[in-house]
Amino acid sequence: MKSKSRQMQIIGCGNVDRGDDGAGIFVAKRLCELGIRTEVHAGDALALLDRWCSDDDVIVVDAVVTCSAPGTVHVWDSGLAGSGLPNAARDAAISSHGFDIAKAIELGRALGKFPARLRVYGIAGQRFERGAKISPAVLAAIDAAVQRIRAEIPNPSTC
Amino acid sequence: MTGTSRTIKVDTLARVEGEGSLYIKLVGERVADVKLKIFEPPRMFEAFLRGRHFSEAADITARICGICPIAYQMSAIHAIERALGIEIDPAVRRLRRLFYCGEWIESHTLHVYMLHAPDFLNYADVIEMARDHREVVEKALRLKKIGNRIVQLLGGREIHPISAAVGGFHRVPTKQQVRELVPDLEWALAASCEAVQWTSSLEFPIFEQDYEFVALRHPDEYPFNEGRLVSNHGLNIDAAEYEDHFQELHVKHSNALHSVMRGRGSYLVGPLARFNLNYDKLPAAAQEAAAKVGLQPPVKNPFRSIIVRAVELVFACAEALRVIREYEPPAAPRLDAPNRAGSGQAITEAPRGILYHRYALDENGLILSAKIIPPTSQNQRRIEDDLREYASHLVAWPLDEATWKCEQAIRNYDPCISCATHFLKVHIDRDKP
Repeated sequence: MKSKSRQMQIIGCGNVDRGDDGAGIFVAKRLCELGIRTEVHAGDALALLDRWCSDDDVIVVDAVVTCSAPGTVHVWDSGLAGSGLPNAARDAAISSHGFDIAKAIELGRALGKFPARLRVYGIAGQRFERGAKISPAVLAAIDAAVQRIRAEIPNPSTC
Repeated sequence: MTGTSRTIKVDTLARVEGEGSLYIKLVGERVADVKLKIFEPPRMFEAFLRGRHFSEAADITARICGICPIAYQMSAIHAIERALGIEIDPAVRRLRRLFYCGEWIESHTLHVYMLHAPDFLNYADVIEMARDHREVVEKALRLKKIGNRIVQLLGGREIHPISAAVGGFHRVPTKQQVRELVPDLEWALAASCEAVQWTSSLEFPIFEQDYEFVALRHPDEYPFNEGRLVSNHGLNIDAAEYEDHFQELHVKHSNALHSVMRGRGSYLVGPLARFNLNYDKLPAAAQEAAAKVGLQPPVKNPFRSIIVRAVELVFACAEALRVIREYEPPAAPRLDAPNRAGSGQAITEAPRGILYHRYALDENGLILSAKIIPPTSQNQRRIEDDLREYASHLVAWPLDEATWKCEQAIRNYDPCISCATHFLKVHIDRDKP
């Protein structure tokens, strides 16, 4: 369990072996190189619910599939009215292979296991095949997301 | 509803793994056609394995499934050990049982509470259910985490573990490390007994079938890794005889092969089969939990498989505790496995049922051929048979309710279509007779 004091957490999610799906992990690594403490989450999405306390300020970064152009950076902010996760993410299926991150977050909300503020940075991906290289548009978006997150954190925790 | 024509169509059947669809054609009150269509592309794992060294098989096959990778590792490793003539250290054997307990706890918890229970309680999914049953869902999350912990300890990580190897493990835990699991597992055992009570309180459709149940049977243990393959209709064979008795058939509507018993047709593998054929091998805690809710073999109602899975949760927790209390680390994490030509078969009990692997190796230890028959492809025809019968009871039901019931009937089997070759759509067509 985390301490009760409010913590800023930045969690990069994804799978670097599946092309653009590694975007969240790469953002977390770049931020860490800049001295900002981040975490990487690559296992069971439900385990995300154990990473935060109700007082925490959390940023989750992951690749997403949307109708927008590859490399578009979407931000969903629980602190803003009407900025919930998009329906498409909420409607994703729960399967015997577990929960995706959007479902895990929605389950956390239903159970009251939700941080004080949660921002989800979703980088629209293009290619997710096993062993695929990250696409140029997503590579550029990683830099953009890093700069945006960095600008949002006044006093970042250091690595 | 005789003489009416109706079409029930569900484009997305959730809470199963994989991509496919269900088509049911009703003519009046008669079920004219049932097809569990699996259009998930073939995944070619058997071909990937050819030419690879046997030591790679456990890690390659673990990638077939995110929720039952241990089953794939165990069947692959046991078959290869048989081909190489390796007898493992009994301490390694016990650790493999503990490893399997972790997977059953993860998989059964996920299915009982998060995939199947919403069907019985009329929720669209576990998220909706969590708003009214918060304590139940929180308990499920904790249980699943305990399963994850076991898998991580023995396998090196929660998903697609990497420590299992031919001859043993790449690394084994210390006594202290396994004993640290005890408090969690004691809680899990009590929570699993409550799960049996809770699932037994659900309402079950009246539906029984005369199944041929097929499962492993071991003289002393509830089955995981070893035993003869038996059925309630007289089957009693070694894994080496499996292909003499079972046959894979290609059907036009499925990219997953249908497995049938030669001359007999469909059969059922998984929790119901194990429970009905091995009730006497369950530990006292599991038998008592079943007896308290009046659950005795034979259980022929597939909807009651949710209670049986809960009983198997009790077993997995009790068995994990037994193994931990007796645990002494093996002299060596694994035995040497020199290259040698040979062939071997093995069957182990994945959470969803028996998983058959066969390998032929050359003198350099390279895989010449591989055969993998997962539980879902073995249950696939049986699911169609259930639906053929069950749908006939639903002809008078409103379309949406009939569709819901058919999806629930499919989820009785916790199908993993990805393993069998991924997502299910249901389409029910009604014509006039």
